[in-house]
Amino acid sequence: MHIPDGFIDLPTSAIFAAASAGAITYSLVGARKQLDEKSAPLAGLTAVFIFAVQMLNFPVAAGTSGHLLGGALAAVLVGPYAATLALTVVLVMQAFLFADGGLSAIGLNVFNMSVLGVWGGYAVFLLARKILPKNKSSIAVAAAAAGFISVPIAAVGFVFQYAIGATATFSVTTVLGAMVGTHILIGIGEAIITALTVSAVIASRSDLVFGWKDKTSTLEIRS
Amino acid sequence: MSNRKFIIAGLLISALLAGGASFYASSSPDGLEKVAEEIGFIDTAKDSANADTALADYGVKGVENERLSVGVAGVIGVIATGAVSGGLFLLLRRKKPTS
Repeated sequence: MHIPDGFIDLPTSAIFAAASAGAITYSLVGARKQLDEKSAPLAGLTAVFIFAVQMLNFPVAAGTSGHLLGGALAAVLVGPYAATLALTVVLVMQAFLFADGGLSAIGLNVFNMSVLGVWGGYAVFLLARKILPKNKSSIAVAAAAAGFISVPIAAVGFVFQYAIGATATFSVTTVLGAMVGTHILIGIGEAIITALTVSAVIASRSDLVFGWKDKTSTLEIRS
Repeated sequence: MSNRKFIIAGLLISALLAGGASFYASSSPDGLEKVAEEIGFIDTAKDSANADTALADYGVKGVENERLSVGVAGVIGVIATGAVSGGLFLLLRRKKPTS
């Protein structure tokens, strides 16, 4: 999912870098209001954990692998603002230290994974949480649904960028079909890892899980 | 579990995954690479400007043993990510009212 340099032309990359910078600024403001002594270390840990798990490519089909994106996972654990920032830190480290994802493509990758993956996943999570019974196991199920959908959402982000500024000339619909098809498969892995991780954190420290506690602590904050 | 224990456990798990389990990760192209190969635009990719740096592609340059190379790169990544994200989020957090 990490776009290398060259796939998308520089003007388009610059536009998405600007859009990503806007989303990061918005998230900095939001995270500053939301993070406290307890949630800030978890946000840092979330970035570390996602970096580690992104190294673990799993096979999805003949000759194809996928790995966790982690946007939905991060949004459920620490809220969408801190999640956007955590994913951005991961992508910056990957591009600069490990040459994973192009340097000129950093804005494209941040847009797809830190913005679309996080906020798209979070929207699905909120919707699923609303429908499901109000208990802890529903949080893991809603997180799984969010993880599953967040991957094709991020893939569609790439197709959008390809449609605007691809250096190649293959048809957009061909790319759309292939990207969505492949990333629905990867989304299954995303759903499993997201559900397992959220379950483990809820089992040990449910009070730290944003997607669980923001429901129960609203009154306390408003008072 | 205390906050401190929870964070330390999480960091250790991350270090084990990046430093140990990563050796067993699939080396097949990922979804985007595979699509680019099949449709035919993989050739438009350019090497990253830092493709030849010390940790490029999750390996330590000059370390022949693959398990060690990816493992050390993973642990360095965990530490570097932790330093940057830890610093960022600690700066952003609301401080307790001073007593």
